[in-house]
Amino acid sequence: MSLERPDTTDDAAIERTPDELEALLGDLVVARDDHLNAPGFVIRPDTVQETLRTLKQQAGYDHLSVVSAQEYENRYESIYHLKKYDDPTQEVSVVVPADKDHPVSESAEPVFRTADWHEREAYDLIGVEYEGHPDLRRILLPETWQGHPLSMDYDKDRPQIATLPEHANPLEDHHKDEESDTMFLNIGPHHPATHGVLHLKTVLDGEQVVDVEPDIGYLHRSEEQMAQSGTYRHQIMPYPDRWDYISAGLLNEWAYARAAEDLADIEVPEYAQVIRTMGAEMCRIAAHMLALATFALDINGDFTATFMYAINDRERVQNLLEDLTGQRLMFNYFRLGGVVWDLPEDREAFFSDTRDFLDHLPESVEEYHNLITSNEIFQMRTIDTGILPPEVAKNYGATGPVARGSGVDYDLRRDDPYGYYDELDWDVVTEDGCDNFSRLLVRMREVEESAKIIEQCVDLLEDWPEDERNIQANVPRTLRPDDDAEIYRAVEGAKGELGIYIRSDGTDKPARFKIRSPCFSNLQTLPEMANGEYIPDVIAALGSLDVVLGEVDR
Amino acid sequence: MSSDQPFITDESQVVTETRDARMTGQGDRFNSRLREAFGSSPFILTKFDKFLNWCRGSSMFMLQFGIACCSIEMMHTYAVKHDLDRFGSGVPRASPRQADVMIVPGTIVSKFAPRMKRVYDQMPEPKFVVGMGSCTISGGPFQEGYNVIKGAEEVIPIDIHVPGCPPRPEALVYGVVKLQERVANGEAAPVTVKPYELEEFSDLERDELVDKLTDQIDDDELVMRYNFADSP
Repeated sequence: MSLERPDTTDDAAIERTPDELEALLGDLVVARDDHLNAPGFVIRPDTVQETLRTLKQQAGYDHLSVVSAQEYENRYESIYHLKKYDDPTQEVSVVVPADKDHPVSESAEPVFRTADWHEREAYDLIGVEYEGHPDLRRILLPETWQGHPLSMDYDKDRPQIATLPEHANPLEDHHKDEESDTMFLNIGPHHPATHGVLHLKTVLDGEQVVDVEPDIGYLHRSEEQMAQSGTYRHQIMPYPDRWDYISAGLLNEWAYARAAEDLADIEVPEYAQVIRTMGAEMCRIAAHMLALATFALDINGDFTATFMYAINDRERVQNLLEDLTGQRLMFNYFRLGGVVWDLPEDREAFFSDTRDFLDHLPESVEEYHNLITSNEIFQMRTIDTGILPPEVAKNYGATGPVARGSGVDYDLRRDDPYGYYDELDWDVVTEDGCDNFSRLLVRMREVEESAKIIEQCVDLLEDWPEDERNIQANVPRTLRPDDDAEIYRAVEGAKGELGIYIRSDGTDKPARFKIRSPCFSNLQTLPEMANGEYIPDVIAALGSLDVVLGEVDR
Repeated sequence: MSSDQPFITDESQVVTETRDARMTGQGDRFNSRLREAFGSSPFILTKFDKFLNWCRGSSMFMLQFGIACCSIEMMHTYAVKHDLDRFGSGVPRASPRQADVMIVPGTIVSKFAPRMKRVYDQMPEPKFVVGMGSCTISGGPFQEGYNVIKGAEEVIPIDIHVPGCPPRPEALVYGVVKLQERVANGEAAPVTVKPYELEEFSDLERDELVDKLTDQIDDDELVMRYNFADSP
């Protein structure tokens, strides 16, 4: 795949050359540090807000994908990866070096709301301090943790202490004053409606939510450290399966594969791209089925019909994926440069099984519409609750079905094409309701679009000439990308933009591996949707966000 | 078995018999193949413990407890197709106070271990634990992680380990059935040493780390201290 961006001039987003951008920023730019995916401008640590505001307001870079921080021998560095919602192929990186002894840098939170959590994470794991940040504390590790684990002098063997403060009496301590009757309520980290180990610190006034604060990090299992200690060629690929573990394995593997292939300049054979596209969309169906199942569980209650129906359909698609990859959940099927093996023998049986599944799918979707979306109680709980206006969604860096449910037409499969998507006939689904119901509808309609994609892939694969079935490019046994090459690449995962930032240092392992998790940004929007609503709406909003904690915490 | 006819397939006959039994009183309605196996004597002689263990093993209440990737396979085990309920280990309970068995499905990290210990403590005795997946055995693929507890057994005792990453639902079913067998046979879990305990901050041995944190943590706050250097 080429690294050059197509020259599209949308009237909403005028594309500027790197030199024009440099001229726009003027004196703010200290030096250039271009990345493989985007021009990079080095700025002084006290001009972060000014630079980002100029880029956002005058050049239209309205999407802060991720903030990735790292430590060098002589400095700390934070990188702000900016994009445009209208055209994500237009990217720019803002590089902010900070002093080695006192790593202080200006916070970007007043310009991009999403920088709040991203900077807290950078502070937690790397140790960069952000001046002007509203609430700079640890986000993933316990507050009493010693040291910053991804900094250079961290000692992994030192003892640590974690606290369990939740036994305090919440009723007494959280009264605002004599008159008020607000009450502090913990939801989670062990709770059936939090979809894993999420902890919501909720303050209630009567039955209404005054404030809800997600407390994450209960599944922070050092994924970035794991990737940084693995070799590019084989040792990293098993881990992406475990980020978003709702069966979205192939989508995650693609995120790593895309970044590493572009970094090492590997061309993937077309046949492998078709197989990848087909497998990835099967994963998307499985992931959306579980989102639907658990959402219905949250709204309708106990282990009821919809859950069992959706799990039944998931079993079907998991069987197909098992035939293809050999595993039910953790596929480890992609390799850099292709996939590990061809379609299973006998091919005809696999194709007919897949077609059976696709034939059955419209009937199932109809059934779900009968069971839930046309259910009056369900509609009362979801329509016009958990409102997320499009501007707010953009400010928080929301992507995927959450953004598309708010009418933000952003899908990397179409806007920043990879794989075989641009050759196929399918549509990006958006809904304008901005509420819980819209987000669910987007997922259900996306399942149908995925089915269309799979069907076209099966047609292509069936007719593929036997002697052109090339499943893997020639990739050197040991990959050593150029020293100090940096790249940020994203794919459309089941939950949104799943991006990987890699910096190589000339060895066979990445020097910095940063995961941009869509759920991390999406979960940040929860207080916007929940504050002022009733407590059941918090549960509905959380369910409609469809976060998976493995990906939030990494 | 004394019955010659194992199953009555003629439905009309069943309906008639049931109706007749209702009209005439007790009749055969409470009869069963098990009852017939006892023959004419209505009594059985067994040890009370043995009977109670049989009851325990035949009806287990699981805790609805999801942590990580394994919980997805655990949900599949509960749901259609695999249907763990067939073996008498029913639909999961959301409250630890109603549960007998805890399946630990995933990686335990520093922030979660005290919470897991708390949930375990809230379950009534007798309680049993199934460790699901490699992470609960040793930390699994994340063993090298700076934040990962090297196995759930560092925190709570575990009766059955189910290996896999993640284990297939069939494997989990096998693990749970094995646990039921053990419970029914009255086999106790091995006593394990748990290096990480939940204790009050003031009870910790004073050292450099504790001194450093005195300002941040109250004396009576519950804490868990990890010695990563001594972990396996």
